Amino acid sequence: MPENKSSISVKNLSKTYDHTFKAVDDISFEVPAGSIFAFLGPNGAGKTTTIKMLTTLVHPTSGSITIDGMDPTRDPHGVRQSFGIVFQDPSLDDELTAYENMFFHAGLYGVPRGETAAKIKDLLEFVELWDRKDNLVKTFSGGMKRRLEIARGLLHTPAVLFLDEPTTGLDPQTRNYIWTYIKKLNEERGLTVFFTTHYMEEAERSAKHVAIIDHGKIIASDTPANIIKSASAANLEDAFIKLTGRKIREEEAGSVDHLRTMARAWGRR
Amino acid sequence: MKTNTLYAIYILWLRQLKRYFRSKSRILGSLGQPILFLVALGFGLNSVFAASGQGNYIQFLAPGIIAMSILFTAIFSGIEIIWDRQFGFLKEVLVAPVSRFTIMFGRTLGGATVASLQGLLTLIIATVIGFRPDLWLVLPAIVFMILIALVFTALGTAIASTLEDMQGFQLIMNFVVMPVFFLSGSLFPLNTAPAVLQWIAIFNPLFYGVDGMRAVLIGASHFSAWTDATVLVCISAVFLGIGSWLFSKIRA
Ligand SMILES: Nc1ncnc2c1ncn2[C@@H]1O[C@H](COP(=O)(O)OP(=O)(O)O)[C@@H](O)[C@H]1O
Ligand SMILES: [Mg+2]
Repeated sequence: MPENKSSISVKNLSKTYDHTFKAVDDISFEVPAGSIFAFLGPNGAGKTTTIKMLTTLVHPTSGSITIDGMDPTRDPHGVRQSFGIVFQDPSLDDELTAYENMFFHAGLYGVPRGETAAKIKDLLEFVELWDRKDNLVKTFSGGMKRRLEIARGLLHTPAVLFLDEPTTGLDPQTRNYIWTYIKKLNEERGLTVFFTTHYMEEAERSAKHVAIIDHGKIIASDTPANIIKSASAANLEDAFIKLTGRKIREEEAGSVDHLRTMARAWGRR
Repeated sequence: MKTNTLYAIYILWLRQLKRYFRSKSRILGSLGQPILFLVALGFGLNSVFAASGQGNYIQFLAPGIIAMSILFTAIFSGIEIIWDRQFGFLKEVLVAPVSRFTIMFGRTLGGATVASLQGLLTLIIATVIGFRPDLWLVLPAIVFMILIALVFTALGTAIASTLEDMQGFQLIMNFVVMPVFFLSGSLFPLNTAPAVLQWIAIFNPLFYGVDGMRAVLIGASHFSAWTDATVLVCISAVFLGIGSWLFSKIRA
């Protein structure tokens, strides 16, 4: 296997929905192994679509991707083994306990059975949820769920961790807490981290490299300091606004809330 | 690193069971309908049935009601994929290094196990209400219960894979589940029914399940138990095939 300095390599990647709408439009970037990379952009810019293509959930319309030396379109199995992910939307089973969510993940990823219990304990302690391990996830706060998702994403010791808006909707304490973990993981285990966020100070503080995407195109890609400098801005938030404009992008309303109500009325959840 | 496919199937199976045993209200709730049918129809129509020379109605009805509770639970289990999609858990499963067929197969086995258990519970209740099967023939009856469960969990999965959300669910209840139940000969003997109904039943998988159970439990049936079992095995293989093909196209 050729030695690859880039953990993630993307060339001319595009995704067209319904034959006309270009959600991601010819983007290219490299994420060096062991670095933290921030992927920023307004709502609807194409961040999640990009992550879905990198993580085998969506097939690219054109372009090429390499994750940890493998191509998600040709070797989805290999790629799936090599990354962990925290999705933008919740992805835990609410009806299971924290421990069970971890245990099932280990089973699906073929974590050696002899190691599973110790690893789960290690990670649940790491995100400070060990004392809540036997509680149903539906009793958890948003921050606890997020921490559990991070722990779960790390259970099969991936080389790359994808985090899609991991801190949206959390209070500053919890956000700070989560970033402490992520940085520690990056420093201690050499984990490559690819994340999106709407909190610019998170990117400014934690990322070595930032790419800004808008309307499916990358409009800036550099170190945070260089982006601020070339936009002659005071900070990254200022630079972000200058680059992407002041117009507000609407967040699409999910049907999940409606469904939750329905499901509850049915007594199924 | 290689993923142990069998273990992944076990894990997906286990998840369905854990969720089932955890929702006590669901277990009890879905027993209400079979009890109502058994009591209201079983006792209500017993004299009419006997007067027309068909024997004891509860004996005749019980296998049909057991099949009904399996049918409903199985379809629900399959349909749960929609919930998994809406609540996001499906994404977690779809990014795992496990083949789509393994995922579909594991959860179908889990759903079918749950539906079979529900059928077994209904059998026990029916016995309490007055159903008297030959005890040693309960074992082959359980084989039919498992086959019915497999067929309809696979069907539920197949349908759920093509639905975006729960909006289509009412449609499925009214145009798939209910007709399958009412036109299966669960409630009335088909040999005295109009030819049209007999013809429809021939194309109804549930008919073979009910008929098979009656063959072994009360010794009265349209086809032989072997014919019924063979047909059910074939249908479940076909539905599993269609289900995994549709599931492999599912997008989180
Ligand atoms: N499955 C889909 N079909 C059609 N359009 C989609 C689909 N998924 C996303 N989009 C559209 O693609 C654009 C980018 O979405 P997304 O990648 O989720 O943006 P972001 O994560 O940056 O907020 C949005 O306009 C969104 O509406
Ligand atoms: Mg997004």
